Amino acid sequence: MSASELSEHIKQVIEGEDVALFMKGTPQMVMCGNSMRALEALRRAGAPVTTVDILPDPAIRQELSALSGWPTIPQVFIRGELLGGADIVEELEQTGELERRLEEKLGAGYRNGRDEKTVSVISF
Amino acid sequence: MARVATEPLRAMLAEAFPDASELDVEDRTGTGDHFQVIVTSARFAGLSLVEQHRLVYDALAAPLADGTIHELRIKTKGTA
Repeated sequence: MSASELSEHIKQVIEGEDVALFMKGTPQMVMCGNSMRALEALRRAGAPVTTVDILPDPAIRQELSALSGWPTIPQVFIRGELLGGADIVEELEQTGELERRLEEKLGAGYRNGRDEKTVSVISF
Repeated sequence: MARVATEPLRAMLAEAFPDASELDVEDRTGTGDHFQVIVTSARFAGLSLVEQHRLVYDALAAPLADGTIHELRIKTKGTA
C-alpha cells in the first residue's frame, strides 16, 4: 500500500468516525500508559470510541502526524476535529468539558450510541 | 543528574515563552527521556488547549524529532 493510500485511509477514519482514538495497541491490549489515559478518559465520558492501533506499521504514525500536525500518540478526534492528546483529553474530562463537547458534536444521546470498536487502516 | 536532561529543554521553553510566569521541566522517570513540562504564559490566553500544546511542541520540535524526548506530558495555563 502506498503512503498516499494509507493517508487516505487514516483520513477516512478521522472524518468518518464519531470519536477516533489513534493509540498504541488495542483496548484489549494497551501498549502505552498515555494511550490508556486517553482511552479511560473517553470511557468515563461515555464516548463511542473507534480505536486504531498505530503499532503494526511505523508509516501509520508518520502519515497520521503529517495529517494532524500533532507529533505524539495518542491522538483523539471528534468528527474530524483534533481534540488533542492524553493530557488534553484527561484535562477536558476532569472539568466536564469533554462531555459538553461530545454533546455539542454528537447530540445529547451520544452515550446511547454503539460500543467501542477497533478498525485497521492497513487492511481496509 | 536530572538537571543535565531538563536544562536544554528549559532553555528552549524560556526562549519560546520569555514572559512565562511559571516554567517547569521534570524528568519523570530519571532516564532523561520522559518529561513533564508546565508552562504558564500570556501567549496562551484565548487559545484552545490544542493550540496551546502546539506552541509547546513547536518550541521542543528538535528534541521531539530526534528522539531525545520519548514521552512528553504538557500542562499549560494562560494568564490574562
